[in-house]
Amino acid sequence: METLIIQLLNGLDKGSAYALIALGLTLIFGTLGVVNFAHGALFMIGAFCAVTLNRILTLSHTVIDDTQKDFLGNPLKVEVPYVNGIFGEAAGNFIIDWTVPLAILFAIPIMVAVGVIMERGLIRHFYKRPHADQILVTFGLAIVLQEIIKAFYGANPIPTPAPDAFKGSFDFGVLLGFDPFTVIYPYWRLIYFVFSMIIIGAVFAFLQFTTFGMVVRAGMADRETVGLLGINIDKRFTIMFGIAAAVAGLAGVMYAPINSPNYHMGMDFLVLSFVVVVVGGMGSLPGAVLAGFLLGILQSFASMSVVIETIPGINQVVIYLVAIIILLTRPRGLMGRKGVMED
Amino acid sequence: MLGLKKKDATLFLIVVAMVIFAPFILNPFPSDSSLAQFNAGYPDLMQRFLIFGIFAVGFNILFGLTGYLSFGHAAFLGVGSYAGVWMFKLLGMNVLLAIVSSVLMSAIFAVVIGFISLRRSGIYFSILTLAFAQMSYALAYSVLSGITNGETGLQLSHNDPRVLGESVNADGSLPVPNFFGIEMRATETLNLGPWSFDFNAGYYVCAVFMILGFYLAIRIFRSPFGMMLRAVKSNQQRMNYTGLNTRPYTLAAFVISGMYAGLAGGLMVSMDPLAGAERMLWTRSGEVVLMTILGGAGTLIGPVLGAGFIKYFENIFSKINDNVLHGWFAFMPDGLENALVWLIHPFIGKGWHLTLGILFMLVVIFLPGGLVEGGQRIRGLFRRSGKDAAKDNAKATKHPAE
Repeated sequence: METLIIQLLNGLDKGSAYALIALGLTLIFGTLGVVNFAHGALFMIGAFCAVTLNRILTLSHTVIDDTQKDFLGNPLKVEVPYVNGIFGEAAGNFIIDWTVPLAILFAIPIMVAVGVIMERGLIRHFYKRPHADQILVTFGLAIVLQEIIKAFYGANPIPTPAPDAFKGSFDFGVLLGFDPFTVIYPYWRLIYFVFSMIIIGAVFAFLQFTTFGMVVRAGMADRETVGLLGINIDKRFTIMFGIAAAVAGLAGVMYAPINSPNYHMGMDFLVLSFVVVVVGGMGSLPGAVLAGFLLGILQSFASMSVVIETIPGINQVVIYLVAIIILLTRPRGLMGRKGVMED
Repeated sequence: MLGLKKKDATLFLIVVAMVIFAPFILNPFPSDSSLAQFNAGYPDLMQRFLIFGIFAVGFNILFGLTGYLSFGHAAFLGVGSYAGVWMFKLLGMNVLLAIVSSVLMSAIFAVVIGFISLRRSGIYFSILTLAFAQMSYALAYSVLSGITNGETGLQLSHNDPRVLGESVNADGSLPVPNFFGIEMRATETLNLGPWSFDFNAGYYVCAVFMILGFYLAIRIFRSPFGMMLRAVKSNQQRMNYTGLNTRPYTLAAFVISGMYAGLAGGLMVSMDPLAGAERMLWTRSGEVVLMTILGGAGTLIGPVLGAGFIKYFENIFSKINDNVLHGWFAFMPDGLENALVWLIHPFIGKGWHLTLGILFMLVVIFLPGGLVEGGQRIRGLFRRSGKDAAKDNAKATKHPAE
């Protein structure tokens, strides 16, 4: 029982990342009808926003500290971050410690800007072209973005720690009445899950309860009619692209402490996210979220040692296997809408 | 000639001549000159040109003709490689055995994967093939390591049975792949003044298969079968409405292109008897997509050009480093020199993928017909000076699909 709960929890954080990326992919697909292979790269850029902010905050200058001596008896040279000079030492250290949460604020404008530039500059010209062309050009863009990041940050993963307050693990089992230390779960992963739920909730609320969201939903259903009513639907869809990019970026920012960002993390997630989108049903937002969590949890259950002993290798292939079965038996995916991308 | 129309026969002869004389064509610079680093005429790279050329030609039969974009073709390359190495291990070191088994094995895989994947089209087909390839990769890496030797990769060893040959040579070394006694690594070097040209046995084995494969591709393109595949691309629904079941045709195309990929895998291990799982990774599938699109999907010569282009730049471009650049720009004032080197630095050496990505995007955006369309447009520009410009223009717009 304890192992089951642990695996369920383990599945949640990976599932959250899948759900967030798949949500963004579906937003783009549902509004603009574009299959965005560069979405994984947006996730990666988000993670590197956290890295960049960390680098900016820890920019430091050398100060000679007379109170400390090195082994030769000379005054020690200490690197002092500029933020310490501005806010004082305690506040400065606190800010550096909280880089990753702060990077959320830093990443939102950047990601929206990246998304809007991408849509206006490139993807806009591909609406009328076949899906294969869209896949190809965004695939090329993904390579370019990832190589740019590689050129600036190198090929090695860059550790980006979570704030000290969230280090360590949380004894989840005690809450449920198990013995202590049977079900423990890192705090940050719990936070990641909660954060993704908030983001997902915010996106759905935005689409459901605001006029802007209503217009966007109407545009998803029938773009032409909305356009004929005198609404500038293109502008709204561009903004939605920015929002989708921000969702992917935030997923990346918060994922940085779980998995040190490297330049190809986006591609690794992208393949699975596409599978998630297809399983959930092309164009269905709830489907994407549901499938994200389902596949995340499924993958984590499949990596239990009992399961691996019965069916060796299942943990590696379960997602693809499920995707193949679903695609063949339920062509529209779990919650796909009728008439979206049907052959 | 050979059942080809005049235009195709010319193209075929050009390709044959290029392949045969490649050791000369690719080594235009004297080996002691500073430009020698642009010579691509060394055996390893020439073999890769042809192997990836075969891979891309096969991919083009599926993507170029039917429009089905497979993102999992590397799986067949990997299967072919493994089958080839197993043949070396079990039977003997003759490359013919390995290549035949590679092609057959990948054909079996292609039948299975194609039968399932082709039930859907468009993006779903891409995802299905991607899923299958990733699955093969994951399995080869973990569970099937008994067959694939997991992370280390499958290689020859002293304990292999090799029924038709001997397990170990008399001097204790491992036998090398050969074609009825001619070793694949055997190279004749011809020195002509400052030039030197390498003639490699393995290269010419690849060349034979390349020429056969290319000939077959032309025949497929010009056959009623090829016409049917094109019809599938332009409007599959209409084909179905006319009462025609397109599935056998697309499946046949899928299997043929899978066999080309298997052939490429078999040739790869014939040149270097080592097969690893990373050959199946989806980025490898992406590479062949890049080659085909860059050269010109749906054209005969495009994929070959694309494969050559990418492999050339992968090997030559990535060798240019800052020192070389400093050497080139040495005549400039120091500040300008450093600025130029700094500017070019991200695009060369290890960053050549960036150049490739940008180039690929430019091609997809502006030249959907790839390098071939680019060539046609340039030719069109020169011809336009004539009086019947409009007529030529119409011709040029009609031809890019060829």
